[in-house]
Amino acid sequence: MSHDHKPGFFTRWFCSTNHKDIGTLYIIFALCAGIIGGLFSVMMRAELHEPGVQYLVAADEAAGVKGGLLGAAERMAQDALTMDSSAKVDARGLPTDNGQRDGQLWNVLITAHGLIMVFFVVMPALIGGFGNWFVPLMIGAPDMAFPRLNNISFWLMIPAFALLVCSALVGVGAGTGWTIYPPLSSRLGQDGMSVDMAIFALHLAGISSILGAANFITTIFNMRAPGMTLHRMPLFAWAMLVTAFLLLLSVPVLGGAITMLLTDRNFGTAFFDPAGGGDPILFQHLFWFFGHPEVYIMILPAFGIISHIVSTFSRKPIFGYLGMAYAMVAIGVVGFVVWAHHMYTTGLSVNTRAYFTAATLIIAVPTGVKIFSWIATMWGGSLRFTTPMLWAIGFIFLFTLGGVTGVVLANGGMDLALHDTYYVVAHFHYVLSLGAVFAIFAGWYYWIGKMSGRQYPEFWGKVHFFTTFIGVNLIFFPQHFLGLQGMPRRYIDYPDAYAYWNQISSIGAYIAFASSLLFVLIAIYTLKWGKKVEANYWGDGATTLEWTVASPPPFHTFNTQPVIKGDGQH
Amino acid sequence: MKRLFWSLCAALLSVPAFATGLSPEAGVGQPVDKGLGLQHAASPIKEQMEWFHNDLLMPIITAITIFVLLLLLWVVIRYNRHANPTPSKTTHNTLIEIIWTAVPILILIVIAIPSLKLLYYTERSPEQTEMTLKVIGHQWYWEYVYPDHNGVTFSAYVKKNDELKPGEPRLLETDRRVVLPVDTNIKLQITAADVLHAWTVPAFGVKRDAVPGRLNETWVKVNRTGVFYGQCSELCGTDHAYMPIAVEVVSKDDFAAWIAKQQAEQGLTKPAETSPPAEATPATHTN
Repeated sequence: MSHDHKPGFFTRWFCSTNHKDIGTLYIIFALCAGIIGGLFSVMMRAELHEPGVQYLVAADEAAGVKGGLLGAAERMAQDALTMDSSAKVDARGLPTDNGQRDGQLWNVLITAHGLIMVFFVVMPALIGGFGNWFVPLMIGAPDMAFPRLNNISFWLMIPAFALLVCSALVGVGAGTGWTIYPPLSSRLGQDGMSVDMAIFALHLAGISSILGAANFITTIFNMRAPGMTLHRMPLFAWAMLVTAFLLLLSVPVLGGAITMLLTDRNFGTAFFDPAGGGDPILFQHLFWFFGHPEVYIMILPAFGIISHIVSTFSRKPIFGYLGMAYAMVAIGVVGFVVWAHHMYTTGLSVNTRAYFTAATLIIAVPTGVKIFSWIATMWGGSLRFTTPMLWAIGFIFLFTLGGVTGVVLANGGMDLALHDTYYVVAHFHYVLSLGAVFAIFAGWYYWIGKMSGRQYPEFWGKVHFFTTFIGVNLIFFPQHFLGLQGMPRRYIDYPDAYAYWNQISSIGAYIAFASSLLFVLIAIYTLKWGKKVEANYWGDGATTLEWTVASPPPFHTFNTQPVIKGDGQH
Repeated sequence: MKRLFWSLCAALLSVPAFATGLSPEAGVGQPVDKGLGLQHAASPIKEQMEWFHNDLLMPIITAITIFVLLLLLWVVIRYNRHANPTPSKTTHNTLIEIIWTAVPILILIVIAIPSLKLLYYTERSPEQTEMTLKVIGHQWYWEYVYPDHNGVTFSAYVKKNDELKPGEPRLLETDRRVVLPVDTNIKLQITAADVLHAWTVPAFGVKRDAVPGRLNETWVKVNRTGVFYGQCSELCGTDHAYMPIAVEVVSKDDFAAWIAKQQAEQGLTKPAETSPPAEATPATHTN
């Protein structure tokens, strides 16, 4: 431990070159952004609780009505305290608005929620957080290959997030949806500088991701301990390797697209403006060439985490290790050639849609391999239902559910009925909110003892799991019905026939949000008062290298280089 | 002003003996309270979608989900540490790995064949296009043009609460409905004047983005009369939720009477020889 010198507070946290400290910063950042993004989603569900516009109304000085996000939040808090849903009806019993509705504010909310959750919660938590912490530990490396690059990657996220939040506060905000389709995102649709600020936010977040990806690829290819061949590498490291390639190849395309949008907005180019010979559909192709790999970027690290947890608590090595690793590679490769299934209604030629239908359906095969391999890992095991294992089993089931609705949506013909409806919202929240986010929680409970040296309270962890499980299913399962009935997404108000399932969905959102607040308390309790744990507190099921170092690991790990001899450690 | 003008027109038109002006029926062409599934079909495309979704996809995905759930329940019961204190060390079984790769492929083939058939059906050119409806999306209303009927043109805006007649659904009813003849092959040409929109009627199985600078085409043949509703399905700004679509499908005779009236109102009556007969428009190539 003589090398275990820690720098002072400022140097340690602000000029960090240590993968564990940077990982910790990422996790704290993701947690803070997650609370903001989650708060936005609860505001959306509160507005949709009943037909009519109750909260998102424009300022009216004569009537003393406050506008904007703060006005809406204030009205929601009042109603929450009095348990009053405050739906107004007119003389004929039809729902009415509580003032001049503010549809732009609604669009700003959905945009901010989407961008925050994708770029500032799921990616930083899984890639920057767990990736930074555990890839070097798992492959027996002393740190990431480029520690200073790692630090820049993190610190770019702060101004990126600040720009994004500020874009909602200047002018009327960016109300474009996270897909920022022109012409709505062009000067024509959104004047002012909000969209420009959001573009700069994505530039910075994109640079951060690309640098991080280069760092992971270099680390994994060059810094594995002796004997740690690629085919002995833990699945989480495999997942991060594939994810890093997806980032490296897809994010620059987004960067190009939004830069073209920026010059369209400010310098008179017409890449996406038909009046100048441009094409709005071109943006959609560029966006989804990034956007589809992006969804795998969010879910592949989750796959890696789930594999470790299932193996640990089954006390069995992962079943079909090579199949699992190459299934991820296959998902990554095929994930690059299916992007236009997001564009079935744009007027693509029918043969193009036939190709994208077929290619998209194929992804179900490697995904199925992963689901069945996790179950086969548990088969014959000796299962222990700790909190991380509950999250992992929940993940497997809910991801399956989100996967089969993906098979429905993959069909170019069928999609005409479901495109841009709540069915799509339900589908992608099942795979991301109930998939990637479940994996984040699973990883947090699995590794928090390792990262902090203190263990979470088991009972409260389980309470957190069950309340979240009930809450999110209440939110998203009824949304399938809404979508099949035809309710379009991104709507501030809806026809009265949709009221019933919307109300149930909103109640689910309140439960899930309360459950997230419980998680914050659990996290604080764990860090302050959690029980101290030894190096391998999960016992003989936990075989990867991070369990060979102390909890928390010393500032510098692997002063003696580990040597891997057998295949037993994945 | 424009809006006021059209509201006045609508008010004037709706008073006299008007061939159209159907009342919406519950459960037809609009969502139902606590509804669980697809809106009922009113066109051959949607009928095929209903079959594909309800009779093929739903059983398959339900079976897969229940199968995975049962497997999970079984391992949880049979292989928890009390039931099975000593774990096996099995990590490979080539046969089962081949099975769980091959069987999903077979299932996907079963899905893909009717799926592609449906896809090509939604894009087929009807043998005989009998009329064309041009749809133009604006922030935030729809403009409709009947190019085969001397270019009859009007715009449709959402009805406010106090304009709704009993039975008309809030946020779905428009001040003027698009009127179309039943059992007619109708070509839809869809475009936009400003930002993206999408013209959708769930009961027809039609959804097509309205893209500025492009003329998207699709077709519909409605097989019953009635009122059918839809809503803009591509985010288009502040009032995205307030530009619904209301289509009134009437008999061919009623349609002829209606369109003649529109032509008269808009001063579009031309000598018969320059007016192309609606039936004789040859089928054109789409996509």
